[in-house]
Amino acid sequence: MSLLTLTDVAQIYTTRRGLLGRPVAVRAVDGLSFRVEAGKTLGIVGESGCGKSTTGRIALGLERPSQGHVTFNGTAMPAPGTAEWRSLRRQMQLVFQDPLGAMDRRLTIAAQVAEPLAIHNIGTEAERADRVAQLLIDVGLRPDQAARHPHELSGGQRQRAVLARALATNPSLLVCDEPVSALDVSIQAQVVNMLTDLQAARGIAMVFISHDLKVVRQVSHSVAVMYLGRIVEQGDPEALFADPVHPYTRALVSAIPVPGPRRIPRIVLTGDPPNPADRPPGCAFHPRCPVAIAACRTDVPALQTLDDGRQVACHLALSPSRIAA
Amino acid sequence: MNPLIHLQNLEVTFQGTPALRGVDLSVGAGEAVGLVGESGSGKSVTWLAALGLLPPTASVTGRVMLGADNLLGAPPATLDRVRGGRIAMIFQDPASALNPVQRVGKQVMEALGLHRGLTGAAARAEAKRLFELVGIPDSGRRLDVYPHEMSGGQNQRVMIAMALAGEPELLVADEPTTALDATIQAQILDLLRRLQREMGMALVLISHDLGVVADMCTRVCVMYAGRIVEQAPSETLFASPAHPYTQGLLAALPDMVGPRRRLAAIPGAVPEPWNLPPGCAFAPRCPRADATCAVQPAFRTLADGHAAACVHATVRERIFA
Repeated sequence: MSLLTLTDVAQIYTTRRGLLGRPVAVRAVDGLSFRVEAGKTLGIVGESGCGKSTTGRIALGLERPSQGHVTFNGTAMPAPGTAEWRSLRRQMQLVFQDPLGAMDRRLTIAAQVAEPLAIHNIGTEAERADRVAQLLIDVGLRPDQAARHPHELSGGQRQRAVLARALATNPSLLVCDEPVSALDVSIQAQVVNMLTDLQAARGIAMVFISHDLKVVRQVSHSVAVMYLGRIVEQGDPEALFADPVHPYTRALVSAIPVPGPRRIPRIVLTGDPPNPADRPPGCAFHPRCPVAIAACRTDVPALQTLDDGRQVACHLALSPSRIAA
Repeated sequence: MNPLIHLQNLEVTFQGTPALRGVDLSVGAGEAVGLVGESGSGKSVTWLAALGLLPPTASVTGRVMLGADNLLGAPPATLDRVRGGRIAMIFQDPASALNPVQRVGKQVMEALGLHRGLTGAAARAEAKRLFELVGIPDSGRRLDVYPHEMSGGQNQRVMIAMALAGEPELLVADEPTTALDATIQAQILDLLRRLQREMGMALVLISHDLGVVADMCTRVCVMYAGRIVEQAPSETLFASPAHPYTQGLLAALPDMVGPRRRLAAIPGAVPEPWNLPPGCAFAPRCPRADATCAVQPAFRTLADGHAAACVHATVRERIFA
């Protein structure tokens, strides 16, 4: 049984254009289905506005989707704010990109890491102190840093402290939204290694949201590529990035600057990602797609499963012309 | 060949704290040079100092030779002609560099007036031509929109158009694509590469992303704690990095091909500028550090165009994939 399941989830927000404009329904995510297995990582990649973060919030039950179902541990996700949801929250934690914004600047690191234990009534005062000390060691912080305030730590150390806090309640699911994007390369590698070690030691499942394909490939057991609120390709990270099938994934992979000689020719897409409030008909990617056919302008492609188990939402996924393209 | 610009022993301190500790760097006409390093390594400060853009609290010493003129201590009138004229700079966040309450076309026309004396219809026609040059579709109408009506990628194109207004010999691009999405980053890098080639303009690309620099530049300088620690032609640097820090940076990057391996993280963190170790600043994190590293290593030439500031640096093939 999967730890987390999303089935055909859609989230519709209403916005207005201008002060007196007509309300417009924006489908931030649409037709989203995936599973996260216990102890495994699902990576979600995509550009700004593709619905990655909304997906993370739905996965945590912070938002109730407009359509579809979310189950956690086999039971339906309770509504946010209810007592059941609150008690479930100790099993699900969230880590954001900006650790300084996620911390209280007036509290010491130890006090912040202890907070979830107090909220969920875990242990006595003395037990909590021991647990906090152990958590700080687990994430690679020194004991003397427990008494520091957030501004006294470097960006990498702050992100470690945020992780210690997220791990305090021993969660079975961690949603990480761009957790290493703000860190320098050498520190990023330390935190990525730590995340994989913690996962191996504690069996935590992760939803790892990032725009950085290299980092996602490194940490994920399965990867979903999103474009304008829908999954366009999903599968094993090594296979998917070695031989992307969807034209969007191909462009994304080819656009990654690699140190050293370029192995694949770069595909430069024209135009910007469209506004989710003004979604093109048919396949949302067709205005920027170099290989679009007539059907792409009218029919939304369904996710279909290929021989290697990968799922792709493209009319041309099975056609021989995609190889030539 | 005489370099276009030559920074000589450039040092910057902010109220006694060293930010730049002796940078020597020259850029030839039409050359594309990359400057990589992590936060606080001094890559942006180098060029802000060279162009006299640092606040008065910074003390800057050394020389910045543009032809026969030293820009350091040059009168404001000279600097005003150079900045935006001979040397233009673009930054990471175009939205905050543009005036939010002025139409983008007007902002480009202002630069045209300052540096080329164009006004009225001539300035508007030239602004339209620049918009076309940088790939802004429907350029005539886009002159009249405000920055918030455009995407981040389009705003960066406006910034590039504005930088090109003075027909500069050198464009300094400070993290020009860091705030942009992957597919938009590819577009902007493509544009910069095309402009550099077609206009014969020199380019200095400041980036934390080794991949971006590898893609764009013929020569790369790696900075650490206020110094250039390695300099080499792009292919040499990525095929056989000599400085342990450069080797560490490349090993810390996840691969896009082949089996996944555990990342080789560089232990520790960048030293605080007010608490630099004596001798080599990288020594406390370096696997090859020994007693000889207690003295500041000289910048030695290892091969043609390849130099590193490390006593242990040797030219050899990379040991890791």
